[in-house]
Amino acid sequence: MTVTAPPTTTGPGTHDVADARPRFRPWRWVATAVLALVAAQILTFLVTNERFGWDVVAAHLFAPSVLAGLGTTVLLAVLAMLIGSVLGGLLAAAQLSGFGPLRWAATTYVGVFRGIPPLVQLIFWFNLAYLLPEISIGIPFGGPDLVSWNANDLITPLTAGVIGLSLVESAYLAEIIRAGVLGVDQGQREAASAMGFTPLQTFFRIVLPQAMRVIIPPSGSQFISVLKGTALVSVIAMNDLLHSVQVIYNQTYEIVPMLLVACIWYLTVVTLLTIGQRRLERRFARGHVRTAPTGGAS
Amino acid sequence: MSPVLSLRGTTKRFGDHTALDAVDLDVAEGEVVVVIGPSGSGKSTLVRCVHQLESVDGGGMYLDGELLGYSEHRGALRPLTPRGTAAQRRRVGMVFQQFNLFPHFSALRNVSEAPRRVHGRTAGEAEREATALLDRVGLGDRLHHYPRQLSGGQQQRVAIARALATRPRILLFDEPTSALDPELVEEVLGVLRGLARDGLTMVVVTHEMAFAREVADRVVFMEAGRIVETGPPAQIFGSPRSERLHSFLSRHTREVPA
Ligand SMILES: Nc1ncnc2c1ncn2[C@@H]1O[C@H](COP(=O)(O)OP(=O)(O)OP(=O)(O)O)[C@@H](O)[C@H]1O
Ligand SMILES: [Mg+2]
Repeated sequence: MTVTAPPTTTGPGTHDVADARPRFRPWRWVATAVLALVAAQILTFLVTNERFGWDVVAAHLFAPSVLAGLGTTVLLAVLAMLIGSVLGGLLAAAQLSGFGPLRWAATTYVGVFRGIPPLVQLIFWFNLAYLLPEISIGIPFGGPDLVSWNANDLITPLTAGVIGLSLVESAYLAEIIRAGVLGVDQGQREAASAMGFTPLQTFFRIVLPQAMRVIIPPSGSQFISVLKGTALVSVIAMNDLLHSVQVIYNQTYEIVPMLLVACIWYLTVVTLLTIGQRRLERRFARGHVRTAPTGGAS
Repeated sequence: MSPVLSLRGTTKRFGDHTALDAVDLDVAEGEVVVVIGPSGSGKSTLVRCVHQLESVDGGGMYLDGELLGYSEHRGALRPLTPRGTAAQRRRVGMVFQQFNLFPHFSALRNVSEAPRRVHGRTAGEAEREATALLDRVGLGDRLHHYPRQLSGGQQQRVAIARALATRPRILLFDEPTSALDPELVEEVLGVLRGLARDGLTMVVVTHEMAFAREVADRVVFMEAGRIVETGPPAQIFGSPRSERLHSFLSRHTREVPA
């Protein structure tokens, strides 16, 4: 015979998890203490070590030549990224094309421009005049020229920098875009063409917006690495951010403070870029997270 | 009256495998043709070929008498440009087993996008029509939900509304309920019944025999890439002539006694 147990403090119905307290996690307290200690050490080092020359940093942070250098750096990075994206998109399309020769050409391009160090490419473009004294558009293989330029006039440090960085960028972005496009389900393309979208409409309205989710994070990293890559152009005597601080410390010998000036600006721009990237990511995540529907009539 | 869709000797091969073997089929205006058959018999291939998602290896397919996928040029047939193909596809609607809704668009935009971008309607017009269509499939209160926020049955109903939005001459369904939980099947079949009543021309590939028996004007039984038997549902289900159809039905209609 069974006896029904009287209600006890452990039986069913006697608890309410709404009253539960957070779990006690001692290791989190330890980790917090260690991190705080390390942060304090670094701060003390930065503040008490006079060789950092924070007064010099403050004096030069907004110097006109430094700001001009910063402008050049940002301009170069933005141009390289824009041209690189367009070229990269075309290259990705070529790599995904069903037409063999186009695919091979694009694959070769990506291989070459990703394979050679950017510094070597920059110096190469800067010295293009040696290889091709005259750049002309005309009928190939000995036909008459329609327009021609002297390579020395055309290849300035700016054009060499933009060309070099854009070509490297386009090769990396082509791979990023290709991977993103491949990640979109084949059914999406079929559904779009079933609706009567042309191939271009299918790509730009259906495939690319979905691929963007996968494309943006690595492209953001790529933009950051172009921005830092612009420092290379100082070797072809271009007045970028690094070059502008070098000019100053070559006269004053305040190398560390001036490099700090450059570091602060690089970090500032990178931080702004990262914020922008997060926003874009959220925008393209639309419909991919199970959030509450955004109501309201339109 | 001339048929909306005609297939003449349509043949499709995947390597050595013949998925469609000289298929002949006519679908008349307002007719509901249900295609049944064992797995791998070429049912999906049939509708995918009509929608030109697969290229065809032989024979001809005609929509309102117009050859699909090719045009005649100085006595020789040449494939249409992607643009030409897109123009023909606009006259055919398709509903997929896996819905294939666009995840980055709301239900409303999934339905209104093609009328806007492809058929040149204004945004307001397209949204009004899309709202009416979503109402018709019972989703008037889900306009601003994204596909991921909808159940499978609701997603498939959005997909049906989307296929209707371009006012196609003929609607193709490839197993529209196979990816759904059993309790959601009925809501989608209900929508299909409504469309059949409204007189739409449809080709429906399905394993739902009860639905076929009830809604079909004509049932087509396929096996190994061929149409083995075709006729009104009463004949196909009541007195199958071929041995193959007989054994197929005995395997598939246990739950629905004749
Ligand atoms: N892309 C492809 N490549 C190679 N073979 C294919 C391809 N698509 C289909 N097939 C083959 O063609 C035949 C018919 O396939 P299909 O998908 O049309 O069958 P089905 O009747 O729709 O089957 P199910 O009921 O399982 O959906 C199968 O043998 C299949 O393996
Ligand atoms: Mg199938």
